[in-house]
Amino acid sequence: MADIETTIGQVDPETGLKPMVINLGPQHPATHGVLRVRVALDGEQIRACEPIIGYLHTGIEKNCEDLTFNQAITLTDRMDYLSPITNNFGYVLGVEKLLGVEVPKRCQYIRVMFAELSRIASHLVWLGTAAMDMGAMSPFFYTMQQREQILDLIEMSAGTRMNPSYFRVGGLLNDLPPGFEEKLRAFLDGFPHWLQEYYALLDRNPIWIERLKGTAPITAEKALDYGWTGPLLRACGIPRDLRKTNPYSSYEDFDFDVITETDGDVYARYHVRMREMKESLKIVRQAIDNLPEGEWHVPGWKIYPPNKQEIGRNMEALIYHFKLFTEGIRVPAGEVYSAVEGPKGEIGYFIVSDGSGKPYRVRVRGPSFYNIAALPTLVQDKMLADVVAAIGSIDIVLGEVDR
Amino acid sequence: MAGVEDRPVLFASMKKLAQWAQSGSLWPAQFGLACCAIEMMATAASRFDLSRFGAEVMRASPRQADVMIVAGRVSQKMAPIVRELYDQMPEPKWVIAMGACASVGGVFNNYAIVQGVDRVVPVDIYVPGCPPTPEGLLEAVMQLQKKIRMGGRPMAPAMPSPEEVAQA
Repeated sequence: MADIETTIGQVDPETGLKPMVINLGPQHPATHGVLRVRVALDGEQIRACEPIIGYLHTGIEKNCEDLTFNQAITLTDRMDYLSPITNNFGYVLGVEKLLGVEVPKRCQYIRVMFAELSRIASHLVWLGTAAMDMGAMSPFFYTMQQREQILDLIEMSAGTRMNPSYFRVGGLLNDLPPGFEEKLRAFLDGFPHWLQEYYALLDRNPIWIERLKGTAPITAEKALDYGWTGPLLRACGIPRDLRKTNPYSSYEDFDFDVITETDGDVYARYHVRMREMKESLKIVRQAIDNLPEGEWHVPGWKIYPPNKQEIGRNMEALIYHFKLFTEGIRVPAGEVYSAVEGPKGEIGYFIVSDGSGKPYRVRVRGPSFYNIAALPTLVQDKMLADVVAAIGSIDIVLGEVDR
Repeated sequence: MAGVEDRPVLFASMKKLAQWAQSGSLWPAQFGLACCAIEMMATAASRFDLSRFGAEVMRASPRQADVMIVAGRVSQKMAPIVRELYDQMPEPKWVIAMGACASVGGVFNNYAIVQGVDRVVPVDIYVPGCPPTPEGLLEAVMQLQKKIRMGGRPMAPAMPSPEEVAQA
């Protein structure tokens, strides 16, 4: 990997020419947001490449310090907006760890269910947009169709399509609504057919295979050096999956495989994600089949607020409700790191509490930030068009990179 | 003008005709910033199908577009670029501020986010929501079409100079 500033000045001894600098973004159709990439080119070959981030810096980590523990969930939604629910997941697990509570089994299962649904939704958007980057327009219209079904399910239970903030500290916004199970089962039954359609659109397409195979490869060692996690690392042959290695929220109850590929190129990443969708489907089916009855939030009113009917009847409930919504949950002083397996990799939260109702510090480990760091290595000495393929395969979300 | 009534001829005011044509073929700039961009994609995709309103031709270059949908939060670092893209768009041009962040800064009242994109570019339609539903964006497109048919933007409001934008 060459440094771009020194590369720009180097004169080719044969031609007497300096490399040409090309600027991609921040407004570019293939950057998946507002990423800017500077590339130094020798002809069409990349001599050096530098991703420039920060065009979507939102100050989310700082803003969290102003909000109560429950309010900060809304900001975690808006980081990786392709899969907001897994972002909620890591955060609420962290706060619950600090509080020393565990949510009931039913809640854990519902959380797993929604996390896997949003993993599928995120992979679907990736598939559509990455294929569009490669020039295949039709998969986008197919994948968005299925994504809408998942968003409908989320809307049904959380009340909003995107950014639902469905997971709350100590429970969920509400239990599964009536009619949810039938709708979910209809989706589960229909989706394998659509997965086959995606394969039919892409996987036997010689252009797609030629374009992706061997493009932007990376070795497993290098990937680990960059801190890669998630499907990208698994595409290099390392079966690291927090759901298996470090099970949270009852993931140990579910039977699923960790998908790995060996090549570490764009094609391997594509296959890992495609096969992961199938595994996620398996988990959702198990979760709905074995969904335990019972409570879906922690007992008592100290963490999870009493319901509205109770407030009308019970003075104490009213007081707790008022306290929870004005001061927030009192979280014991301490610090915690909690991570979950998001669609893009390990999404981790380091939360420090000083004993008040607001977090003292929330530090986010966004997987996309680490993944995009490897872009110069991926495209070194490759063609310019491979930058687009590489960015597409990394599946970055700039909201999470810049935060 | 005798005999015209039984021939296939249509009379119209040139201005009205142009407005009608403009409103029916809006070309948005393909310009996503954050969460709202995903809903914008959903609006353009199969279920909601923006092309029913003639506005599906998302152009990658602002020089080929006449509607800018500011979909998402505009950071301080991005604001000058938003303005530059707006300046590159040919006249006549319109701006839709999609979502709470682009309209007023949304939940991010902090050092990093411009509190509404109307500090940088003139906005025609504001769409509420965080993010707005695709129906919301469709409604905004329809409102914009109505606005264009009624005579477009009456007068461009006083805008900050590029230097002021860079300082903002």
